[in-house]
Amino acid sequence: MNINMTLIGQTIAFAIFVWFCIKYVWPPISNALHERQKKIADGLDAASRATRDLELAQERAEQTLRESKEQASQILEQANKRSAQMIEEAREQARAEGERLVTSARSEIEQEVNRAKDELRAQVSYLAVMGAERVLDASVDEQAHRKLLDELAAEL
Amino acid sequence: MAAGNEVSSTYYIQHHLQNLTFGNHPENGWSLAHSAEEAREMGFWAIHLDTMGWSIAMGLLFIWVFRKAGKMATTGVPGGLQNAVEMVVEFIENLTRATFHGKNPMIAPLALTLFVWILLMNTLKIIPVDYFPVLFAKLGVDYMKIVPTTDPNATLGMALGVFGLIIYYSIKVKGIGGFARELSLTPFNHWALIPFNLVLEIIGLLVKPLGLGLRLFGNMFAGEVIFILIALLPFWAIWLLDVPWAIFHILVVTLQAFIFTTLSVVYLSAAHEHH
Repeated sequence: MNINMTLIGQTIAFAIFVWFCIKYVWPPISNALHERQKKIADGLDAASRATRDLELAQERAEQTLRESKEQASQILEQANKRSAQMIEEAREQARAEGERLVTSARSEIEQEVNRAKDELRAQVSYLAVMGAERVLDASVDEQAHRKLLDELAAEL
Repeated sequence: MAAGNEVSSTYYIQHHLQNLTFGNHPENGWSLAHSAEEAREMGFWAIHLDTMGWSIAMGLLFIWVFRKAGKMATTGVPGGLQNAVEMVVEFIENLTRATFHGKNPMIAPLALTLFVWILLMNTLKIIPVDYFPVLFAKLGVDYMKIVPTTDPNATLGMALGVFGLIIYYSIKVKGIGGFARELSLTPFNHWALIPFNLVLEIIGLLVKPLGLGLRLFGNMFAGEVIFILIALLPFWAIWLLDVPWAIFHILVVTLQAFIFTTLSVVYLSAAHEHH
């Protein structure tokens, strides 16, 4: 436990180790540490930025969705309107067509009636001639005439 | 160990506390000391081979491990060794940032060296006290005290290094005039009190390294003596005391390394400051 040259030796060893540490040991470790710190900080930054971007994108997507929904409902509405219109038009056309048909049928019927009437008229004259012939043939008997005329009328 | 008679116990203790000394003996010339008596007679011109050898070995271990970690250091995910080394480095960096107020890139590596080196030297103490003395006795070496920090030469040697740096930075930062003024005009700023101030400040300055070295030495030496005394007990009783003492020493070993480092940084910080 004497104080001797070991003291000096230890001081020299200390100086050498400290020098070596300053020169070769500390810098790479310290640099790596700080670089990693920076990298982690950058990473965290990027992550928060990405989160923000994501939020924005989501918002945009929502907006687009809303717009397209609106558009779709608009288109649907238009289509509905258009179809209603078309149905209306078709109905109108159908009615017009029907009316036209009815009118033509009526006129046809009228024509037919007229023709029948004409025929009847012709036949009436013939029947009148026939009746007159028969009247002239038979005796003039009021009762018989009555009966004849009735028969004539029935034939009409 | 044989606790039989008093003489052998005393011899055992003295043997375990004796360093392997190589020096200039007045009669034998440059030689290994074969007894405590011879070692004392060598005076200052002697060197403790065990202290130097083990402390340098521990220093190299520190340098090797940390250099390896530094070479492998990546900015990516750190591995096991790198993680451990970085933890120590970060611890020292925080310590330095908290206690050192100047700007000097040398202080943190200095503190790292001090802390890890002293920690490794102190840790040698956990090795049972008989292993290396017996092993080296088999190899024909008389003495082997493996814990360098139980040798005041080692602790005071490191303290001397720190002291040199304190003086160097005091002069570098404040200039010779500034340093002299600080020594002579504080704490009492009056010309008549210069001698008084000088005595006070120089004692204060010298106490710093002395306190650093002796604190570490005292703690480690006392612990070592206790370990040796415990080793003198009958074998079945040794572990009863040895294990708790060793566990307690894990704390002491770390704490003393930490205190030495912190105080060195504090002293160096004071050397950088103007009063």
